[in-house]
Amino acid sequence: MRRPGYVLLWLSGSVLLMCPVSGVTRVKDKATATHQEPHLRPPESKSSPNETEHAHGSGVTEVPIVNFKWHHVEEPYLIALWILVAGLAKLVIEANHHVTSVIPESGLLICFGFILGGMIWGADKLQTFKLTPTVFFLFLLPQVILDAGYAMPNKLFFSNLGAILVYAIIGTCWNAASLGLSLWGCHKGGAMGDLDIGLLQYLLFGSLIAAVDPVAVIAVFEQVHVNEVLFIMVFGESLLNDGVTVVLFNVFDAFVSLGGSQIDAVEIIKGIVSFFVVAFGGSLLGFVFGLLISLLTRYTKNIQIIEPGFVFVLGYLSYLTAEMLSLSAILSVLFCGICCQKYINANMDEKSVTTVRYVMKVLANGSETIIFVFLGISAIDKSIWVWNTGFILLTLLFIFVYRIIGVFFLTWILNKFRLVPIGFIDQVIMSYGGLRGAVAYGLAVMLDDSKIKEKNLMISTTLIVVYFTVILQGITMKPLVTWLKVKRAKVSELTLIEKVQNKVFDHLLVAIEDISGQIGHNNMRDKWKNFEDKWMTWLLMKPSARKNRDHVFNVFHQLNLKDAMSYVAEGERRGSLEFIRNDTAYVDFKKKLGDEFSEVMPDIMADMSDDRGAGTDMRRRDPVPSVSLDMHDQTMKGMRETEGINTHHLLQQHLYKGRKQHRHRYSRSHFNVNEDENEVQEIFQRTMRTRLESFKSAKMGVAPPKTISKHSKREQQQKMPNGKSLDKSKSHSGDEDFEFSEGDSASGYDAPGTSIPMRVTYRAGAGIENPAFMPDMDPMAPMQIPPWLAEAELDSSMVAPSQRAQVRLPWTPSNLRRLAPLRISTRSTDSFMLADTPARQQRGNDDLPPPPPPPPPPPSDRDGGHM
Amino acid sequence: MGALQSLHGRPEYLDLAEKTGFSFEQIRVLHERFKQLSHNEETLRRSHFNEIPDLACNPIRAQIIEAFFDRRNYHQNGEGTVEEIGFEEFLVVMSHFRPPSLHMTEEQRENVRREKLRFVFNMHDTDNDGTITLEEYRHVVEELLSRSGALEKETAKSIADAAMLEVASISMGHMEPDEFYEGITFEHFLKLLDGFEIESRMNIRFLNMDTSTLCK
Repeated sequence: MRRPGYVLLWLSGSVLLMCPVSGVTRVKDKATATHQEPHLRPPESKSSPNETEHAHGSGVTEVPIVNFKWHHVEEPYLIALWILVAGLAKLVIEANHHVTSVIPESGLLICFGFILGGMIWGADKLQTFKLTPTVFFLFLLPQVILDAGYAMPNKLFFSNLGAILVYAIIGTCWNAASLGLSLWGCHKGGAMGDLDIGLLQYLLFGSLIAAVDPVAVIAVFEQVHVNEVLFIMVFGESLLNDGVTVVLFNVFDAFVSLGGSQIDAVEIIKGIVSFFVVAFGGSLLGFVFGLLISLLTRYTKNIQIIEPGFVFVLGYLSYLTAEMLSLSAILSVLFCGICCQKYINANMDEKSVTTVRYVMKVLANGSETIIFVFLGISAIDKSIWVWNTGFILLTLLFIFVYRIIGVFFLTWILNKFRLVPIGFIDQVIMSYGGLRGAVAYGLAVMLDDSKIKEKNLMISTTLIVVYFTVILQGITMKPLVTWLKVKRAKVSELTLIEKVQNKVFDHLLVAIEDISGQIGHNNMRDKWKNFEDKWMTWLLMKPSARKNRDHVFNVFHQLNLKDAMSYVAEGERRGSLEFIRNDTAYVDFKKKLGDEFSEVMPDIMADMSDDRGAGTDMRRRDPVPSVSLDMHDQTMKGMRETEGINTHHLLQQHLYKGRKQHRHRYSRSHFNVNEDENEVQEIFQRTMRTRLESFKSAKMGVAPPKTISKHSKREQQQKMPNGKSLDKSKSHSGDEDFEFSEGDSASGYDAPGTSIPMRVTYRAGAGIENPAFMPDMDPMAPMQIPPWLAEAELDSSMVAPSQRAQVRLPWTPSNLRRLAPLRISTRSTDSFMLADTPARQQRGNDDLPPPPPPPPPPPSDRDGGHM
Repeated sequence: MGALQSLHGRPEYLDLAEKTGFSFEQIRVLHERFKQLSHNEETLRRSHFNEIPDLACNPIRAQIIEAFFDRRNYHQNGEGTVEEIGFEEFLVVMSHFRPPSLHMTEEQRENVRREKLRFVFNMHDTDNDGTITLEEYRHVVEELLSRSGALEKETAKSIADAAMLEVASISMGHMEPDEFYEGITFEHFLKLLDGFEIESRMNIRFLNMDTSTLCK
């Protein structure tokens, strides 16, 4: 009797949880059934609350140091444990891709549920945890549907809405009616023996099991990647027919309560009317809530941190409201998601959108997992299993056959009207994809056993149907899809030209419809779009968001971001910050189309010639294979601000991974990345220092030790204390080398006072757009090249062309630039090279040395310093 | 209506039906529309198209209208443009958007696809040199974006540039820096739009009934 606690804990694998439970098992097994729904508690546990309360209250004879209050936390505790177990189940299952590629995850989760249920059964001899309709319909289903609505490809959905509705409404009714009638017929024919089920009950059963289940369908189909039209057909149908099936169920349930004799034409008409009211009322309600969310997110600019919450709360409210008004809650929350997606994505901050997306997925995926696990667990219960071979097998058969008939017949009709007919293979997949799931089970459990004598038979049949479809059909779906060569979904994303061309086609079709005087759906869509542009967006979107919503523009923006990313990544890989500073970055595109440009874009040409004039070897060496940042800067004034932010963001993401970057100031309402100037500067300096160090160490390797000059001796001395950390930084790679020890960074910060070369680098590397540290750098400029040093350097290098000079011949300043391309291999030296450039240019501006002397002092200065 | 019924059996309809694949009924409806547009004249001019109110907010209206006056769309080797078109030309251009029959061989399907895409290609390739140059493509994007006021011309330009660059990288693979991508040839165009389901993109259901009264 004490095992359920262990079962849970063993599965959760959490040692910490061990102690509470071991002490509590005695109390717990009395109350195990209180898991989620108090009213489901079996009668024998009724006494437990009193008992424990008593125990709890009477124990105060002395001051307790630690109290053990299991009952205080029991329910939330168990719920949390179950969530954890379900999550771990998924973790275990997903760990092996070989298995999941054969058996769909949903099936595996159900099997996992079997095992779990078996353990609980073994321990308890009683089914204590099962999926109850209340939990399922109120807490597990809404987020799955909301997620489906929110992620719905709207255009695809609405352009196939007609077909989806036909399948969802007519198809479901057909399934329900045909199944009910056939079973009744077989019953009359004596195929099932003695059962107490009337025609209405059969129809009720038919209606609850008619609907294809969205949870199961998504779970299977998203692993198969069929083409999008087929997917939207099956998926859309499964979503909409949930609404239909719930309505049908309620109507038949009412009929059953009324009893056969009471039903006349009026009642039937009422039933039909209620069907439409419930379905459309639910959709309308969802629509209203969707608008509400959109409207609300327009004004949440100042409370960004809780802005995602509105989406969930209002989405959930739309579900509950519909449930309260006995409208179709599923349709309500579905349309809520569909309506609001566009506007909230535009209105909310990008971070909030990401949050919404993720949380949505977490919730949906989580409850999907729990649903399947519990579907499995529910099976292990002796009390519900009633076997009637005829009934069960015939149900399976009829479901399968009528689904095929229904799909083929409806498609045959639809294909008369469709531009792109649904192919035979797609029809096969559609009929085969008629998976039943938790909705059917939830409804079956909701049956009233006072009215329906064979409730348990219906539950067990439903369970078998669910297992059969989800596990068997789920497993065979993938091979079938492969075998039939079903057209798969395209994997790649749309390219920009495809997007543009998409638009062209859209407008073209509308125009042709206009010209030819036909009113097709292109025309209607266009009308709707105009209306939406004019009114809906005006009402529901922030003015700032309205600007950027063009699709082509969005793709363009995405591409830009990608370019910028790769640009930065590339630059960083080469270890340089130069590309950011460079205000006319080199673009090979310009070169390629330069001739054309010269007419259209004289300004760019001007820049280009500049660019080429001032261009260094490095730039020519690495043309960035994409449109560069600065080009956008010039051409897209509207984008400038966001680009700036992006660059900033990229910098933070890519360059500064210093440990101290985030000084975590706690704030409940703000989530700032730290932007303290000093800190950024410190990180920057540390970065540069690391680079310099690694550069030096690389160089030390090249130059023979005997050529060390007095400057480098100073260097050496200065380096000594950090020797250890230097090694460390060398052994690390990439970003990590910014993280070398703290004490060192402090000394590094102070060190420049004593070491001139270091100063030079700081200044040279000041290739950061952030103006924050520029003022700090500038004061150093005068003392940049201390004349005495420079002289000394020049002297030493010129006057003594000794053995030493020969050794470092390749490194003399005049050769330096020419050799640069050869040295790409080592990151450190390259960084130095690149960082070097702006400094030199800048110095040119300060007109220190006139152009003729080709070796500008600083390189030589540095050079000598290291040798 | 009586006059219409008598048109029904006219031999020229037979020819047109053969040439374009439209049914008699569809031809009749389209003819009706033609007359409505041309104010009962024999020919349509550009100004007639410009009067269609629904078309007014179409961003690429100019290109589409131009396509109706483009000889390339009448027959294989046509060239240049005309000033006015008769019903036959109107119908021929319309026939580019006719859904093909359901029973076709793979080869026929491919031909239909080529033909339909050729129409779009010609629409973009305004100077009929066999390539959509950057200049021409920019024009397309500019027009496409012309209605969303927030975007400036410059943006359109850079979008076109980016798209063209992308095209270059797709269709040419790796290019040397000094290579020059002249423009999209028809073959490239076909390749680029390989994933497009042309059936849903270039087809319109031509109804048999007359809806022109509903359309302004």
